[in-house]
Amino acid sequence: MTDLDEVRGAFELLDDWEDRYRFILDLGRSVPELDPELKTDERLVRGCQSLVWLVPRLDAETGRLHLTIDSDAHIVRGLIAIVLAAYDGNGPDEILDFDIEGLFSELDLLQHLSPTRGNGLRAMVARIRSVAENAAAV
Amino acid sequence: MTFDAEAAARDFPLIEGGKNVYLDNAATTQKPAVVLDAVRRYYETTNANVHRAAHALSDAATQAFESARADVARWINANSTAEVVWTRGTTEGINLVAHSYGGSVLGPGDRVLITELEHHSNIVPWQIVCAQTGADLAAAKVTADGRIDIDDFEAKLDGATKIVAFGHVSNALGTVNPVRDLVARARAAGAVTVVDGAQAMAHFHVDVQDFDCDFYAFSGHKMYAPTGIGALYGRETLLEAMPPWQAGGEMIEEVTIEATTYARLPFKFEAGTPNIAGAIGLGAAVGYLEGIDTEELAAHEDHLLRTATSRLSQVEGVRILGTAPDKGPVLSFLMQGAHPHDVGTLLDQQGIAVRTGHHCAMPLMRRLGVPGTVRASFALYNSLTDVERLIAGVHKTRSFL
Repeated sequence: MTDLDEVRGAFELLDDWEDRYRFILDLGRSVPELDPELKTDERLVRGCQSLVWLVPRLDAETGRLHLTIDSDAHIVRGLIAIVLAAYDGNGPDEILDFDIEGLFSELDLLQHLSPTRGNGLRAMVARIRSVAENAAAV
Repeated sequence: MTFDAEAAARDFPLIEGGKNVYLDNAATTQKPAVVLDAVRRYYETTNANVHRAAHALSDAATQAFESARADVARWINANSTAEVVWTRGTTEGINLVAHSYGGSVLGPGDRVLITELEHHSNIVPWQIVCAQTGADLAAAKVTADGRIDIDDFEAKLDGATKIVAFGHVSNALGTVNPVRDLVARARAAGAVTVVDGAQAMAHFHVDVQDFDCDFYAFSGHKMYAPTGIGALYGRETLLEAMPPWQAGGEMIEEVTIEATTYARLPFKFEAGTPNIAGAIGLGAAVGYLEGIDTEELAAHEDHLLRTATSRLSQVEGVRILGTAPDKGPVLSFLMQGAHPHDVGTLLDQQGIAVRTGHHCAMPLMRRLGVPGTVRASFALYNSLTDVERLIAGVHKTRSFL
């Protein structure tokens, strides 16, 4: 599992686009793949250029949210790794309080993504936040 | 003589000096300085509303606007300016035909025939008008190399077929369809023909009388003119018989509260104040193209396509989609183990602009069994240097995956 501080540290060191993208692609390789049977239309996140499936699971005992997210595009899987590092296994309140826009700007991530691609990332975040909101309301 | 792409590149402010490796020309082309100047000059010296000639400026604007229409009519060899209707672009042209012509002639039991190769703009308007009129929509199949399957086209072209609509050049694969042949077959079956010319106008000299088609729609912005302007060629007898589509000013001869008589062609189909500056820009783009030897241009673009195709085929893991013998300068491909989105992003980081995705042709992508493609499309200002940079970019991209 990717650690957020590790990502922050790496992005600080990697200043040219090649190294950053190689790192993002490497991160993507560590993201577990979703069972093909679970890759259904209902699990698709709308607003992404590539296909992104999201499966949330709320642990009733711990109250923590576990996420499985997969994509058919490698770079997107790298971005998923960062999103998972920020959110996966956290409680709903923690998820809702987390300043992900702050993280993206700190990593200078959206600047390198076209608006349509940035929108896909935001669509993913919006979906996770709505799952967290529902969980928090229970 | 061979076409001098390096000299042509100097006509385009966004291209000159190798500023951009712009290979997304099928989406929109860059604009030459003569077009930008014509638009600016119009606003600086002539701006007024057209066809309301109570003053000299309006006269001058009307003259410039109508002279642009004459430029377009001459360029596509229409019989007269009455056959050239200004539109916002290809999409609006097809919608006009679908709703005005299709809406008035189609009924239950009738058929509209399209093909699997079409852009959504040449599918969805027909779906809508078929749903409204009870007509049936059929699509001719596409062969594995990206051509219209003529046998299937013939089989589906039955006596009930009232309208046949197809693209001149495929935006996703580059296939050049045999327009003359398809039109002749459709006419023999008694159907009216609608050709989507969006991808042809920048590359080929279109002659609507030679094609003998009934309608030919195209966009200015894909032929070096501004966005938001295009034209629809229509056979005069058909346009004359068709009801207006949109209503408003400009298209009216006389209005009483009870009834309205419509203006003569082509104004009947031009409700509201038109895109005057855009039309003048399109006229200037036609002037620019008229200054180029069409055969030299086609040979230049074909050379780019063939070179890029053969170089790209040698890259391991690259698969080219659309291998019809007759193609416009569009090169669609996939890289093994990579999503088109990955390839597009990594090429973009290297300053190479391509398009990725389904190219608004989802039925075609489904037919080919791919999620989308990476598409490089060339225009007159592209050079072999751009092709080399694309190939180098693809090699570098491969090293990431």
